[in-house]
Amino acid sequence: QDNRISVWSAGDLGNVGLNGDCQGEPQLLCDIGHNGDVMDMQFLDQERIVVASSTGTVTVFRHHQNNQTLSANQRWEKAHYHVDQDTSCGGAACTGVTCNNPEIVTVGEDGRINLFRADQKDAVRTIDNADSSTLHAVTFLRTTEILTVNSIGQLKIWDLRQQRNEPSQIFSLTGDRVPLHCVDRHPNQQHVVATGGQDGMLSIWDIRQGTMPVSLLNAHEAEMWEVHFHPSNPDHLFTCSEDGSLWHWDTSTDVSEKPSFLHQGGRSTTYFSHNTINQSVVSAWLSNDPTKDRMEITNLIPNQTLSVNSLDILGPCLVYGTDAEAIYVNRQLFA
Amino acid sequence: AAVPSQVVPGADPSARQLCFAWGPAEVLVCETLFGRRGGSPARGEGGPRRALLPGALTACVAGTGEGGPGSSRLFVVRKDQDVYIQTLRKLFNESHGIFIGLQRSEEELAGKSRKAQLVQVSKNYRSVIRACMEDMHQAAISTRDPALQSQYSTQVSILSAMELIWNLCEILFVEAAAAGPLLLHLLDWVRLHVCDVDNMVREVLSSENPSKHELFWNVVDVFVLQGRMDEARHLLSKEASANPASVNMYKILDDLMKKMPVPSLGNTQTLTEMELKWQHWHEECQRYLQDGTFASNSHMESICKILLGDEDAILEKKELMTTWYHFLVTRLLYSHPTVKPMELRMDLFLGGESSPEPLDTILMAAFEFEMHQVIKECSIALSNWWFVAHLTDLLDHCKLLQSHNLYFGSNMREFLLLEYASGLFSHHSLWQLGVDYFDHCPEYGRVYLELHIERIPLNTEQKALKVLRICEQRQMHEQVRSICKIMAMKALRNNRLGSALSWSIRAKDAAFATLISDRFLKDYCERGCFSDLDLIDNLGPSMLLSDRLTFLGKYREFHRLYGEKRFAEAAKLLLMLMTAHIAPCSFWLTLLTDALPLLEQKEVIFSAEQTYELMRCLEDLTASKSDKQKLQDDDVEAMKVEMLRLALARNLARVIVKEGTLEGS
Repeated sequence: QDNRISVWSAGDLGNVGLNGDCQGEPQLLCDIGHNGDVMDMQFLDQERIVVASSTGTVTVFRHHQNNQTLSANQRWEKAHYHVDQDTSCGGAACTGVTCNNPEIVTVGEDGRINLFRADQKDAVRTIDNADSSTLHAVTFLRTTEILTVNSIGQLKIWDLRQQRNEPSQIFSLTGDRVPLHCVDRHPNQQHVVATGGQDGMLSIWDIRQGTMPVSLLNAHEAEMWEVHFHPSNPDHLFTCSEDGSLWHWDTSTDVSEKPSFLHQGGRSTTYFSHNTINQSVVSAWLSNDPTKDRMEITNLIPNQTLSVNSLDILGPCLVYGTDAEAIYVNRQLFA
Repeated sequence: AAVPSQVVPGADPSARQLCFAWGPAEVLVCETLFGRRGGSPARGEGGPRRALLPGALTACVAGTGEGGPGSSRLFVVRKDQDVYIQTLRKLFNESHGIFIGLQRSEEELAGKSRKAQLVQVSKNYRSVIRACMEDMHQAAISTRDPALQSQYSTQVSILSAMELIWNLCEILFVEAAAAGPLLLHLLDWVRLHVCDVDNMVREVLSSENPSKHELFWNVVDVFVLQGRMDEARHLLSKEASANPASVNMYKILDDLMKKMPVPSLGNTQTLTEMELKWQHWHEECQRYLQDGTFASNSHMESICKILLGDEDAILEKKELMTTWYHFLVTRLLYSHPTVKPMELRMDLFLGGESSPEPLDTILMAAFEFEMHQVIKECSIALSNWWFVAHLTDLLDHCKLLQSHNLYFGSNMREFLLLEYASGLFSHHSLWQLGVDYFDHCPEYGRVYLELHIERIPLNTEQKALKVLRICEQRQMHEQVRSICKIMAMKALRNNRLGSALSWSIRAKDAAFATLISDRFLKDYCERGCFSDLDLIDNLGPSMLLSDRLTFLGKYREFHRLYGEKRFAEAAKLLLMLMTAHIAPCSFWLTLLTDALPLLEQKEVIFSAEQTYELMRCLEDLTASKSDKQKLQDDDVEAMKVEMLRLALARNLARVIVKEGTLEGS
């Protein structure tokens, strides 16, 4: 297998043509070999990228912008592994990584949580057997707290300041313990958390209250691999799935002004009556009143075939990758 | 001639006996210690290496270090090496998208719009081939390794040949234009693909004084041969202005070229009209030639002869045409412009090379409208099934292939698609594309998929989830169960009980859930406490998957109730576990022992009724053991039983008094 980490340039914004189409294809700037499948990756800062591997290794790559090269800056081998090396069947993949410079937290199939600090050789803290099932994703809740989701449908909060190896809180889905694959926190309202499950369901949680999700939205027909709130426009949420679709969830209020029959949706747009008027006070995502505003949901992929494995958004740009070995860049997301 | 068998380089069956084993996509061949006749091991290396035939099995050797006599080598032989060529991945991925689009496209569209749709699909395939060619070309230029460079260059020429063939098939079979327009398409085809002369053309056109260039007339001839009349006339006008003496000749030739009737794409004229016009024009050219109008300028004379379709005149320009199919099309242009598809017969071919190359054979078959022959020849010549599989599928959609049933059941289209997709499955990542191909093979697709999908190596959970999703979507329950069992077993061995449970829930595998629960209970008995409380405490409805799991959940609940000092509820639960037979018999003693502290509490917890139940349980337990077992019982157990009996009796005493007292007051 020849897996590579690549850095691409998606072209200048000034390159946009008359009708707003992206001009020019993304250009490959540099790449470097990687051992094992890339399970997750995240930018640590402007130059460094943390990559989680299926071999259980976590690597920090540095992108040298002056000569456009990548180099492996730091590596934690066997960050994730199964305990008894002799009888273990295969390695344990590192399934998720999240960064809050200089701290890096990783989780894996071994149910282990690692806290690393960039430039420190050994892990700052390791919680062995934090979970009896596979941890699928992790994200920072606050500077000292993280959220994890696992394959028995639990959302857990861990307080890294505390020395005990127990989560400070456990949330779980009602009904069947469907595995959760992804988690993201609202950029501004830290109590609002979104998770995606194996059945394609999007769950919104309010972690201040209760142990069950606030709303469950039936979205995809297969595993939801990633969920992201838009970092600067958090009324927008994006999810991608094994069924090959990428949904854009829009709870911004201007939608409500127009009467529904005049509203021009995109292809495959459906409506959910969802929210109350007082957007400024209560988060659009948490309200349960179905009589007022609507949430607009759009599938951004016209001819879906294979799974969309990963996506990311920044400003007006959306980038996602599929199992058809293709990367798509959309630079006019809100046009 | 006999087809030579495929050779594994380095393996010499005349020196050693070879043994082999089939894998899902590979064959393991290894040398045994026996010589050809058996008995003593052969000495030394095998015979001289044989040359590799194109399309042969390629092998990589994984052997022991020493090469001396007595050491054996192991060969891993892979048939579909092309799947691993990095630059072809784009071809496989993109064409997969086009293939799916074609299968899903509207069948109801009839006639012209359907044909237009199919032509577009064909063009899409070709543009993918061209894009791949570009990438491969870039790779060939930028690499420094000469072996790689030659490999890439070979690939480029193979892809180029593929595009050439596909384009011709598109014109003749998919587009299948009527007489007249067919020729125009063929001319385009020639212009696009015979580009050896492009450099020359560029050179002359960009020179200061084109008409003085030594290759000037060659270029004019090229234009005429390719039917590019306007460009030819444009060049000739330069010559005319430079050479006033021949102005008259030029004017006449120019006029002839201008008036040449060409079939129009819009089909505004009927075939007969066109033929009449052409006849008329032909006669005019003939007259001018015979009058000796061009006698003083041999170049112009030869052009006139070409316009008249004079075979010898055209053949003279062989080097400019470079290929026999260019010659064929030129000849058609100037002798049969209204050629109907049926009339393209090979007796017009006079290229005269010694032995045709594979490409020539294929193109010839195409010109003869022998579709099956084309497919057969391509299958032999090319090293993987990509080309024939997609082309045949497209032709099948054009309803051009009779359902030519091969004697083992499926038809040609399906056979080729199955072969192609099977090749994809030997790749660690491209197998996902193969799934969709199998889906569209109605007869054997499902069976092939069932067999292949179980052999995909599952090195991460995410990969396993993808495979499972594919199986679930196609109701392949056997495979779902099998894969979940494999993953659950792996998890169990790695002591990931939660993961193991998660897999059994997905497969709704009660038996495995029981196994996992037994593991938990075993751990508990050994350690005295539960591991993975986060799992057991949060089982939810999945608890009902298996009785043992339910027991585990309830048992943990009992411990929790006890910990919270809710003794009455705990007692009730404990009893229920036994009386409702949720607890396995082997665990009853443990449960009864757990009851001891409750019995010894200051306050009476178990009611009389409950105490009788407990006693009955104890008696059931001891009674079920045979006499032999009773003798073998160790002291600890016997002591436990005694203690229980004592405690139960004492409790009974207290509770009777208590209940009696209450009733009395």
